Amino acid sequence: MNIYGDRGNVLSLAQRCRWRGIDAEIVSVGVGEPLDSGRFDVFFWGGGQDREQIPASADVHGVKGQVLKAEVNDGAPLLSVCGGYQLLGRYYRPLDGPELPGIGLFDAWTEAGHERFIGNVVVQSDEFGEVVGFENHSGRTFLGPSARPLGRVRVGRGNNGSDGTEGCRYRNAIGCYLHGALLPKNPAVSDFLIHGALERRYGLTELPPLEDDLEDAAHASAVRRAVATR
Amino acid sequence: MDPRLAAAVTASKLSATAIRWLGRGGGTAAPGVVANLIDPQVLDKLSRRVASGCVVVAGTNGKTTTARMLADILEGAGVRVIHNRSGSNLVRGISAAFAGQSSLVGRPGGDLAVIEADEAAFPEVVRRTQPRLVLLLNLFRDQLDRYGELDTVATRWGETLRTLPADATVVVNADDPSLAAMTEELSARRRTFGFAQDRYVLDALPHAADSATCRRCGAPLRYRRLFLSHLGDYRCDGCGYARPPLDYAVTGLELDGLEGVGMAVSTPAGPLGLHAGVPGLYNAYNALAAAATTLIMGVPADAVGRGIAAFRSAFGRIERVDYRGRHLVIVLIKNPVGFNEVLRMLAMGGLAEPALIVINDLDADGRDVSWLWDVDAEQLAGVPATLYTAGIRGADMAVRLKYAGVPDERIVPLGELRAALDRFTEAVAEGGTAYVLPTYTAMLDLRAMLAERGVVQSFWEQ
Repeated sequence: MNIYGDRGNVLSLAQRCRWRGIDAEIVSVGVGEPLDSGRFDVFFWGGGQDREQIPASADVHGVKGQVLKAEVNDGAPLLSVCGGYQLLGRYYRPLDGPELPGIGLFDAWTEAGHERFIGNVVVQSDEFGEVVGFENHSGRTFLGPSARPLGRVRVGRGNNGSDGTEGCRYRNAIGCYLHGALLPKNPAVSDFLIHGALERRYGLTELPPLEDDLEDAAHASAVRRAVATR
Repeated sequence: MDPRLAAAVTASKLSATAIRWLGRGGGTAAPGVVANLIDPQVLDKLSRRVASGCVVVAGTNGKTTTARMLADILEGAGVRVIHNRSGSNLVRGISAAFAGQSSLVGRPGGDLAVIEADEAAFPEVVRRTQPRLVLLLNLFRDQLDRYGELDTVATRWGETLRTLPADATVVVNADDPSLAAMTEELSARRRTFGFAQDRYVLDALPHAADSATCRRCGAPLRYRRLFLSHLGDYRCDGCGYARPPLDYAVTGLELDGLEGVGMAVSTPAGPLGLHAGVPGLYNAYNALAAAATTLIMGVPADAVGRGIAAFRSAFGRIERVDYRGRHLVIVLIKNPVGFNEVLRMLAMGGLAEPALIVINDLDADGRDVSWLWDVDAEQLAGVPATLYTAGIRGADMAVRLKYAGVPDERIVPLGELRAALDRFTEAVAEGGTAYVLPTYTAMLDLRAMLAERGVVQSFWEQ
């Protein structure tokens, strides 16, 4: 699933590896295709239209979902946005039709609402500082007792528009509603995922920094814009 | 006489004049709001009074260009056309256009109306104007933050098309699987157009493409040939639904850089050669759509050919201006598909001239700049040109270029447009050519700036 430019996240990860001399390969695993255990280092699951979530939900149950959960529990970094985020929770309840079960990676669940939350978002995160993106969702996600949010909403609606949280964190996995795309403008998050992957597979403890002038300028510009269009 | 209608038309005309006189903009939408307040049926009434009826043009890309082509061909054939010329395509803009082109008592100043309708306004426009012909160009992902999801738009369009009576005609781009599927089994007559050429094809579905799944059964679509985004010659693996036969087909195509396109078209009445003075694959589709529609409406083939040959770019889409001794080529970008086609056109020519990309995020541009990541900016990685970025979200475009593989030294981020335009112009050699690629509101700002300096005609004067 890849909508609203989520492909930018994959590009950010791949390029930031290549610029450090690390060969990166992007592999697409679609509906019906198997997820080989131990083959991948970072997982990305983006958003989709409602019509696409149904086959995606069916696909991720069974072996595929078990492999994914095992990888994340073993420390694999993962980023999921919007639809992917929802299906990694316990369930997604649409307005009409049956509940779609998630794989329960995140202690969270989502219910469809009527109003769409659309706009620039700024999130204050302990791990990553200010995270900036753009949300467009009618699903309202609620976090269970053992779930940590990605951060608190400074501008925008976030997970459900009422409790001030946005996203979810579990081990090295991140779920959130932030398009933008997320990683290009938030290089700290991108590097967190890359570092987690290299540490897990090669025991690497430090990631050499990159020059992020353009990314930082875009980040600052997006935050200004979010505040101005609040 | 209908006094309420007359009052609405008069008020609309007065406000349009007042707005222009006060220098507050083109006066193309607010007068329509005024008219609808006085008579909520103003559009219904005025459109019913047009003797030869209405033609509604809808689609994500190419509406303005194609509607203008239609109007030009028809006018060249002696038909007086009412047209929402300035591209204001919501009910209020269309109402204002009708009011402006009618007498004070609401007698229409034309025999036929060509109406360009925005995707979300399409159902209401059809309901009110009861068109004799609807032209459907394409359905791409465009400004999803305005319209919600593509599927919702498609569903509403399907419902609208099913309300058309048997004596109406739907002219549809059959290369678009969504449009083909939603025009099956209508009461209205359907005529199809599309490409049957082999020269300009894509290898794989570009990242900006959507609708690559069958609308009937959800299985993936397989393409024998793919022309532009998800437009092509397709068949569904699951249920066997395939592109319907084409009534009007481009069998030969010649893209002539930025100068134009030449096309060989097969029609029910025999082959036709066309040449349009606007470039690129997307304009080839627009010209085909306009030709098919006017032929169906009974315009003789030679008049269709003349109209298309004489056509130059519509408001803002591609403009050439001389500014401070440089030739600026201004090409509007609205969405990933349009941007990809512009880049493809420029990259095909090995872009060496500098280009300024101006990205805004106001409502009309799309507030969510995520769409930049669906653009195949990688096409710019290998060209020699230096790329400048500007606009409210220029910084996002600079990042996009960086991750597309454009080297740092060829990315020059500038700030807001006013200052950026001059800095950019100075960086271009005197007498040289450069490209400016703005999103919609940036294009309006650019034109306003150039108009202030006496360079282009204000758009509402055209």
